Amino acid sequence: MSVDTVEVAAKTPDDEQPWAELGLRSDEYARIRDILGRRPTTAELAMYSVMWSEHCSYKSSKVHLRRFGDLPRGEHLLVGIGENAGVVDVGDGYAVTFKVESHNHPSYVEPYQGAATGVGGIVRDILTMGARPVAVMDSLRFGRAEAPDTARVLPGVVAGVGGYGNCLGLPNIGGELLFDACYAGNPLVNALCVGVMRHEDVRLAKAEGVGNKVVLFGARTGGDGIGGVSVLASETFDEQGPAKRPSVQVGDPFTEKLLIEACLEIFAADLVTGIQDLGGAGLSCATSELASAGAGGMHVDLDRVPLRDSTLTPAEILMSESQERMCAIVEPGKVEQFLAVCRKWDVLATVIGEVTDGDRLTVDWHGERIVDVPPRTVAHEGPVYERPMQRPADLDDLQADDPAALPRPQRPEELAAHWLAVVASPDGADKTWVTEQYDRYVRGNTVLAQPDDAGVVRIDEDTHRGIALSLDGNARFARLDPYAGAQLNLAEAYRNVAVTGARPLAVTNCLNFGSPEEPEVMWQFAEAVRGLADACRDLGLPVTGGNVSLYNQTGDVAINPTPVIGVLGVHDDVRTRVPAGWRAGGETVLLLGRTRPEFGGSAWASVAHGHLGGRPPVVDLEAERVLGELLGALGREGLVTSAHDLADGGLAQALAESALRYGTGARLGLGSVTADGDPFTALFSESGARAVVTTTDPEAVRTTAEWAGVTVTELGTTGGDALAVDGVAELPLTELRAAWTATLPALFGTPEAGVGTVPAGAVPTS
Amino acid sequence: MRIGVITFPGSLDDVDAARAVRLAGADPVVLWHAEHDLKAVDAVVLPGGFSYGDYLRAGAIAARSPLVQDVVQAARSGLPVLGICNGFQVLCEAGLLPGALTRNSHLHFRNRDQRLRIERADTAWTHAYAPGQEIVVPVKNGEGRYVAAPADLERLEGEGRVAVRYVGGNPNGSLRDIAGVTSADGRVVGLMPHPEHAVEELTGPSTDGLGFFTSVLKAVVSA
Repeated sequence: MSVDTVEVAAKTPDDEQPWAELGLRSDEYARIRDILGRRPTTAELAMYSVMWSEHCSYKSSKVHLRRFGDLPRGEHLLVGIGENAGVVDVGDGYAVTFKVESHNHPSYVEPYQGAATGVGGIVRDILTMGARPVAVMDSLRFGRAEAPDTARVLPGVVAGVGGYGNCLGLPNIGGELLFDACYAGNPLVNALCVGVMRHEDVRLAKAEGVGNKVVLFGARTGGDGIGGVSVLASETFDEQGPAKRPSVQVGDPFTEKLLIEACLEIFAADLVTGIQDLGGAGLSCATSELASAGAGGMHVDLDRVPLRDSTLTPAEILMSESQERMCAIVEPGKVEQFLAVCRKWDVLATVIGEVTDGDRLTVDWHGERIVDVPPRTVAHEGPVYERPMQRPADLDDLQADDPAALPRPQRPEELAAHWLAVVASPDGADKTWVTEQYDRYVRGNTVLAQPDDAGVVRIDEDTHRGIALSLDGNARFARLDPYAGAQLNLAEAYRNVAVTGARPLAVTNCLNFGSPEEPEVMWQFAEAVRGLADACRDLGLPVTGGNVSLYNQTGDVAINPTPVIGVLGVHDDVRTRVPAGWRAGGETVLLLGRTRPEFGGSAWASVAHGHLGGRPPVVDLEAERVLGELLGALGREGLVTSAHDLADGGLAQALAESALRYGTGARLGLGSVTADGDPFTALFSESGARAVVTTTDPEAVRTTAEWAGVTVTELGTTGGDALAVDGVAELPLTELRAAWTATLPALFGTPEAGVGTVPAGAVPTS
Repeated sequence: MRIGVITFPGSLDDVDAARAVRLAGADPVVLWHAEHDLKAVDAVVLPGGFSYGDYLRAGAIAARSPLVQDVVQAARSGLPVLGICNGFQVLCEAGLLPGALTRNSHLHFRNRDQRLRIERADTAWTHAYAPGQEIVVPVKNGEGRYVAAPADLERLEGEGRVAVRYVGGNPNGSLRDIAGVTSADGRVVGLMPHPEHAVEELTGPSTDGLGFFTSVLKAVVSA
């Protein structure tokens, strides 16, 4: 087979090329020809097509994401947007890097491997920064819980997240599991990883130093995931399309575990000057990004790349998304030591090229030049679009459809029935079915994990310093108002971190939207970014990085805009962390914050009436900040024994969760929650900036809260084996627990009878 | 007192086992699977994880590593050895303990806080407990279902070699609720649950697991 070389390309300018099939537009193809002064070779066309895909180039989102870069860096940000992940100073010389990334489309096609490699990819991003990965989280959304396809996708996704993370030895400390018909053909699988390092250990992805070697290490390169980026992530699913299963990558967490240990040993011995993981767009991405970020050029001999499949063409090798691979820049004098560490860990490592003094990225295949490009044009100077935007035509009607008009439960038994319905709904129900499949203990530093509001991890066993993380994204709010919705999601994640007593420090995000080519989707996206950026400015939090996932739609129906927001907080001493559950009787239950009649986008409206309309709750970031600071102070002073954020399902959901955690009931009155004493509003409103706390010293809490300017409402006293609410209901915890825990096993099988839900894939399971 | 913790490629809970050793008052010593060097330790822990990615069978490849061959020899002369989770699988594969661990009956990985009963409180790793004492430690595995031939099970029961049993629910379908077994001389113990994850109030469901590690301190001194 003859190879399409640079020389050949120069002589055959009129050869037809499959740019359209590779996802390029005609003007993009023309621009590549302009840059090169000739037609691209087949290998070059492959590189440009994957790197200029929406997934890699952020070409539709870039103009909006600049808002995050324009935020004040703040005192804690060490590395900002643009690197593999942002890095935050958490004190005592420790730095934390965290990021969330989507693997939505692969997880729909092949749930187990799609989800597993999503975890693998984000872990490598964190490792690349120089950090030891210490925990993962997952934010999952599926179609209606009872839909047949959900039963196909969900068990595989959960097993994939667990199978990969468990085998890497990373505790899963929390996340989300939500259902909505809009995700039926387009589930969302967002995975977060957090890593810890010392300040001086931060690594960057750049190729510096002429003569330094380019080392590819980790797994061999195979045919998996070829075109995954351009074909899968940037195209919508429709029923006529061909089966795309071969484009999904297959993961091997054992190799990744070895890669982690080898990398950390390599970092400790200071053996690399730059490093990059191979994710979407594989070698095309790693080589062009490393070269683009550095001062010089790079040369690669592609035939040196160890292959799993000897029939791969050069273009396929450049596009392959085989997992568990990294690329390092190593000084010649350190190469032998580098290779020795890799041998110790049974990691294959190969010198494939070197840093050059030119400004070109050149790739040879058996001595023939097949790529000769300016790397910046591949990696960082791709197309940028100002896509047309338009407010959705249905938004006025949607917002006018006020849930105030919905019939409300009046009598006590109706209120109790609605309470049980919200708690037992798939969104509100106990998530043990999922979390039992995740290792939350490994590494021995997990202080809090789901079902607590945030995951809390100790990072120093001597000083007890630790971090808290939460991941939240209410898409109903974002559908009703993407600007406010993104802010409410940030507020919820912020609150979830704050209730544990942590000080929120930084923000990451995963923005899941429909097709950017639809003006209404683009408007939603722009509004959500604007909302999030404005809220981050108000709360004084930097955005450290993030991920954009577009084209989440089936046919011409987009998912609800789903900005998933992650907030990182710090605990100076994790021993003072505050859990969400009630442990002891005789403690006073207090509600912090003000409750307004706000039901737009609420769980109650959705569960009781299948209704989505009206306005989302009012955003009050000042109230969020004040409440957050109060919760931090109460935690540090040891004044509260539990604290639980109020969000989806309002007070009804929060009370049930706190009571069921350790089986401690309470006798409560809701008459003072609102001015009119309406128990319905008290239970189901989703007003922001609220939390429920328990204390043995209510006077001290009241004084501290009033000093901070936070409204305090006494609800009652813990104890007993029921949630007894005056004038509403006496819900025995056994009944509540039965309803709460039955939902997911009934839908997806009890583990004991789970024979029908064996996931595909050969990933180890012990 | 020096207690070795072996790291295989794919070991995960080795840092946790070392922490438990330290909290029990002994010095953890890092042992590398590929070296024939037990570093003169007084006891050895094979930690949890996925050695060699569980390829072939869980524990099968690790059982044939250079260091495990040394451990097998030393155990025959009385070196106390504890295998936790994947370490238990390695000890069964290495022939130091009877039986085998197979895929959980429900086919899921399962992580929960598990109640256990200490059936034998006179082994090197369990004599800090009272006979019949119930403890709570985490269990987390996908291939933790203990199986053995019916005659072997009878023999194990008859010889009192079931060291730990699941109570209040069997998390993986293990025969006769067996969570852990011991060698005939009580020096080698393997169990699927993770006592090293129940050694601190802050991070575990209890501190009930610490007894495994304090037990061996006395066992070595009195040996």
